[in-house]
Amino acid sequence: MVITNDELQKQLEEKFGADILTFVKPSDRLSCIAPKSYNLKILQLLFDHYNFKFLNDLTAVHYPDNIGGELAVVYHISNLQDKVYFRLTVFTSIGEPDVFTATQLFSAANWMERETYDFFGVQFIGHPNLKRILNVEEMTYYPMRKEYPLEDQTRKDKDDQMFGR
Amino acid sequence: MRPVRFNINKKPVNLTDSVMMADMPPGHSGEGFFATQLSHVVGLARKNSIWPLPFATSCCGIEFMATMASHYDLARFGSERLGFSPRQCDLLMVMGTISKKMAPVLKQVYLQMAEPRWVLSVGACASSGGIFDTYSVLQGIDQVIPVDVYVPGCPPRPEGIIDGILKIQNIIQNEDVRRRSSPVYQKLMQEYNIQ
Repeated sequence: MVITNDELQKQLEEKFGADILTFVKPSDRLSCIAPKSYNLKILQLLFDHYNFKFLNDLTAVHYPDNIGGELAVVYHISNLQDKVYFRLTVFTSIGEPDVFTATQLFSAANWMERETYDFFGVQFIGHPNLKRILNVEEMTYYPMRKEYPLEDQTRKDKDDQMFGR
Repeated sequence: MRPVRFNINKKPVNLTDSVMMADMPPGHSGEGFFATQLSHVVGLARKNSIWPLPFATSCCGIEFMATMASHYDLARFGSERLGFSPRQCDLLMVMGTISKKMAPVLKQVYLQMAEPRWVLSVGACASSGGIFDTYSVLQGIDQVIPVDVYVPGCPPRPEGIIDGILKIQNIIQNEDVRRRSSPVYQKLMQEYNIQ
């Protein structure tokens, strides 16, 4: 039986309550915004009962204007047999960016969570080896957060007038 | 036959002019002897037998391959033999973007080279970070190792790289044999935390 987006939405609302979940459907892909403490429960349910066994992507987005939920952690998962896709977003405050790790569920989350930690500073609780993966280990900040300019701030030979800083 | 420069204006074959010979260093000569400074002889020998170590990470490396190949032919300048072991080489040619994570590797390669060693920084990225003014890219290799000659360009043409090699040759020829133990050089090395 191929599960449709509408059925999936109904099942999740029944299970977790319609008041805490926000569903949007910008394309043919169902997208759900949930409280961050529910991320593993939703992923586990989809994994166990609806055959969502493939983690396409896990990343974060920084919304500096969204006070209290500045960091969005986004999970893209697929049911490859039925060709159904699902996107889960959880928001967390930048002061306490703690989100439960999905490494127990998806092995692929190990690498992706390290990358997300590296660039956005999301602390994945329970991750077996949460340290920087792409940037130099001496880096003291999270470069993809919006408060950090893209340019290397350590150099002095490029001045504002010439380089539009 | 398509008319190009080579078959319209035939180049006269003149072996004596087209073969470049190294100039004799200044000195005193007489019948059966020639006396000159040791540094001149050493400079002349070193200059025309550079072993480059290519450290090519991006498009400048492609230009370097053209420089090496038959058309531009780096071998004409005595750099026939590219070494791929830093222990054997005199000239580190850094061509391409060096990310901050690559910087310790580059420095280690430099440290593994034996004195005397020279560094040629080819292209905007190696010299200054180039267009990659970003958190992950080293803003010029001179932040980690001392550089002798910078070749500008993005990427530079093979002529530019050859010009850089000729500048390096000029440095090598005119370098004092004891320069590497001079206080100025020691101070330079200390600035880079190289003992």
